[in-house]
Amino acid sequence: MSSFAYFPHTGEDIRAMLERIGVSSLDDLYFDVPADFLHKGEYDLPSAMSEQEVRSYFEKLGAMNTTLKVFVGQGAYDHYVPSVIPYITSRSEFLTSYTPYQSEISQGTLRYIFEYQSMICRMTGMDISNASMYDGPTAAAEALRMCVACTRRRNKVVMSTKLLPNVQQVIRTYMKYPDMELVAADDVLAELGPDVAGVLVPSVGKHGGIQDLEGYADRIHACGALMAVYCDLSTLAVLRTPAEWGADIAVGDGQSLGIPLNFGGPYVGFMACKKDYMRKLPGRIVGQTVDGEGRRCFVLTLQAREQHIRREKATSNICSNESLMALWVTVYLSLMGPEGMRKVNELGSAGAHYLHDRLMSTGKFEDFMTGRNYLNEFCLKPLVDVEKLQKALLDGGYFAALQLEDGTVTFCVTEKHGKEEIDGLVKIVEGL
Amino acid sequence: MKYYDRLIFELSHPGRTGFSLPAGDSLPVPEIPAHLRRQGDTGLPEVSEVDVVRHYTNLSQMNFGVDTGFYPLGSCTMKYNPKINEEMANLPAFTGLHPLQPESTVKGAKTLIDGLDKALSEITGMKKFTFLPCAGAHGELTGLMLMREYHMARGDAARTKVIVPDSAHGTNPASAHVAGLDIIEVKSRPDGLVDVEDLKPLLGPEIAGIMMTNPNTLGLFEKEIGKIAALVHECGGLLYYDGANMNPMLGKVRPGDMGFDIMHINLHKTFSTPHGGGGPGSGPVGVSERVLPYLAIPVTSGFHGNFGVMVKAYAYILTLGRENLLMAGPLATLNANYIKESLKDLYKLPIPTVCKHEFVYDGLIDDGAREGVPGATTLDIAKRLLDYGYHAPTIYFPLLFHQALMIEPTETESKETLDAFIDVMRTIAEEAARDPEILRSAPHNAPIRRPDETEAARNPIVCWQPNA
Amino acid sequence: MSKVIDGLLYSESHEWVKVDGDVAIIGVSDYAQAEMGEITYVDLPGEGDEIEKGEDFGALESVKAASELYSPVSGTVEAVNEDLDGNPQLINEDPYSNWIIKVKMSDDSELGELMSAADYEKSIG
Repeated sequence: MSSFAYFPHTGEDIRAMLERIGVSSLDDLYFDVPADFLHKGEYDLPSAMSEQEVRSYFEKLGAMNTTLKVFVGQGAYDHYVPSVIPYITSRSEFLTSYTPYQSEISQGTLRYIFEYQSMICRMTGMDISNASMYDGPTAAAEALRMCVACTRRRNKVVMSTKLLPNVQQVIRTYMKYPDMELVAADDVLAELGPDVAGVLVPSVGKHGGIQDLEGYADRIHACGALMAVYCDLSTLAVLRTPAEWGADIAVGDGQSLGIPLNFGGPYVGFMACKKDYMRKLPGRIVGQTVDGEGRRCFVLTLQAREQHIRREKATSNICSNESLMALWVTVYLSLMGPEGMRKVNELGSAGAHYLHDRLMSTGKFEDFMTGRNYLNEFCLKPLVDVEKLQKALLDGGYFAALQLEDGTVTFCVTEKHGKEEIDGLVKIVEGL
Repeated sequence: MKYYDRLIFELSHPGRTGFSLPAGDSLPVPEIPAHLRRQGDTGLPEVSEVDVVRHYTNLSQMNFGVDTGFYPLGSCTMKYNPKINEEMANLPAFTGLHPLQPESTVKGAKTLIDGLDKALSEITGMKKFTFLPCAGAHGELTGLMLMREYHMARGDAARTKVIVPDSAHGTNPASAHVAGLDIIEVKSRPDGLVDVEDLKPLLGPEIAGIMMTNPNTLGLFEKEIGKIAALVHECGGLLYYDGANMNPMLGKVRPGDMGFDIMHINLHKTFSTPHGGGGPGSGPVGVSERVLPYLAIPVTSGFHGNFGVMVKAYAYILTLGRENLLMAGPLATLNANYIKESLKDLYKLPIPTVCKHEFVYDGLIDDGAREGVPGATTLDIAKRLLDYGYHAPTIYFPLLFHQALMIEPTETESKETLDAFIDVMRTIAEEAARDPEILRSAPHNAPIRRPDETEAARNPIVCWQPNA
Repeated sequence: MSKVIDGLLYSESHEWVKVDGDVAIIGVSDYAQAEMGEITYVDLPGEGDEIEKGEDFGALESVKAASELYSPVSGTVEAVNEDLDGNPQLINEDPYSNWIIKVKMSDDSELGELMSAADYEKSIG
């Protein structure tokens, strides 16, 4: 056979191995496959590329994309990524390791997940966090499933229509097939009743408004249901936490903590809850214990909840998590600390309010944020042709003014974009 | 690997920082009203950049990865993760794209996804893939939702039962349950295959379909798949292919040709993207012609799926090209059979036929002459392997055998690597006879000894507390 | 050899029942606790819950296994053994004195479907 860098077998190796097995050719290893099913001939695929051909092909694909100055959030935020993070996360001991079932040779993974869980608990105010979910929207759907699992004989769940559109869409998908009823409402409290298992509300709405959830927990708990809050992890450094609102479950996405935009993934969903519901929390969880010599160590624990043991009795089928992205978040929060997290929120908020005010002064928008508090994301009602507005921004290298279903256009500012870039955006709008 | 006992919180000193942010342009910072503001501290550690780098480097040194050594891990397909794939996924022209950017600005990303879709469709014989699922189990769930959409669209919504063989991966029944389906388990025959006769009476108007993996978790090819497919289709059901065991089929057999209607494939197994200590993965779902109209209906993740993982898998496929893809399956199968044949005199081989990518031993052979063998369990053997610098095989799965040791080498392992592993497995068998205590108390050279898992589960400590 | 106690009734799913008037005291057999290994958690129902014969009312968990508890009778949960919360090993230590729930039976004819100690002993071989 011709040599190939990833396959170490020489012709001599193959001969010797076939001899030990007692068959005469590689084809003989497939003796039990009916002839009808054996693939004949070659795949209709390109011929093998050398490494430099692969590189130049992907660079060509990359060149077909347009890198823009991103002024849209909606669940994916263009924050600065400290150079330490990819340096750590690309260490092969982390990158190429398996799920840490063999705890004796996985203490690195287990320790960072324990740190991650502890940081999620601190950021959300919850007692216990799992080792991560696929993304925010799937975590939200799992949270509502969990509410049903935590209550008896209740199978109705309520979600706020203030949630991000993609969060609502994934929840709709997850709730369509099992025997559960989903209600979407602007006023979720009006939907409460004896059959409601859980309610999911955002901490910041899709228009960017910080939600006032005062009294929600009392009303929801009085009806015997659980309260879940969807939040952006970064903003919890400055906003009232799910625990401070009295929630039972906190979910959301951790992408805003130093994970690149990556055209939508991989990101990392988080899910944390109050102690009482620990046994119903889906996904892997790492716990502390001691080894045979009494040394502190860490293991995957409470596994009896999980799909590989409980099979169809498990709350969720989740198996893989987003471990490496959880490391991404853990390193980010370690670098930032309390001070960095405060600052990053201040920079985004200051930039967003400045952009908001400047855009309003162009006379091309009607305000949508009057009476609403917001942080780094906001919406306006356009008084100009939206397509024209978006095209002008795009031509100037900006991705901004994404239109939501209700016609408003959304903007987001992070610390990555200073006053000069904001002024550039405003100038394009003024020129319309 | 050496033991290192710090947590990042324990390195914290008030006033220390590890961030570097622009000073800002003196724009006024708006005040958050008190009732919306966070009340308590964040409790995050306060550490310098060098603290962070050293801490996580130390943690990494307690970890084993594919780059450290061989993983004989059944059903997990831990193959070498090529470095060019990482470099391509990290190109700023990909990592800097916002998922909601207009089509005209993401043509390269779309071309890449289309190219990967075409390649996977060609390799599997399916018509088209959705890339929303972020993992294998997530793919199963998405695929079963598609199964339900197919039946609902045909006014056949009463089909709410799915047949799952007892050798199936544990995620299959869990995924079926989450998709609102009831599970009917079908037992394997003594030769490890699904019995067509057992299947027949189960088929009827309530059956949505069957979930199978082929080769199954014993590494055996379900050779009656043609008959099974005909029967299931005749009763109005669909066939779901769990792609976790797809690796040995590369170049040889396509699930679409076997009659499967829906399948997922684990890019983090078959297409070499790294496991990252448990994720991120990617579990695209492919469908046959008859399920194609429903492919876009279940929206099971937030944006476009794990794009970064797709880049790596596509780079892998292009590097292999059509020539080497043809060889991947046969070489993986060669490696599995080579180990199987080399140890069957010492390890019990319940099903002694040619296997595919993996095979299962049922513990050590107890021939009466070798004292002490019953005292060494599969767990002990697994832990002793760690001492010799190997990851453990998958153990106690499938559930069909009490002392199951499930071994899957992949095509990226050389004969020398396999020979060394075989030697160690023989040494361990000898140790089990001579001095079983050395197995029972293993590992001896890992950063830690066996942890107390019972204590961890009885009194869970899952969050760091100062002075705890 | 697992311990079986005379005078108790047993279910195929290894629960035992001690009858006290119209109340059934329910636990798991010595065989069941030995099969589970070190029990790490007992999932208990709430007082006042209605349970049906053959349906699960809770679960036992060990590190590598989980087993549902199936009710041998129908009725209302009158008491749950709170000691097990935090001390799941009590079931390993003495599965017969550490009952799990007490149920006020709604139909004591269901008891007739349970096994005697002798029959149970035979069934676990």
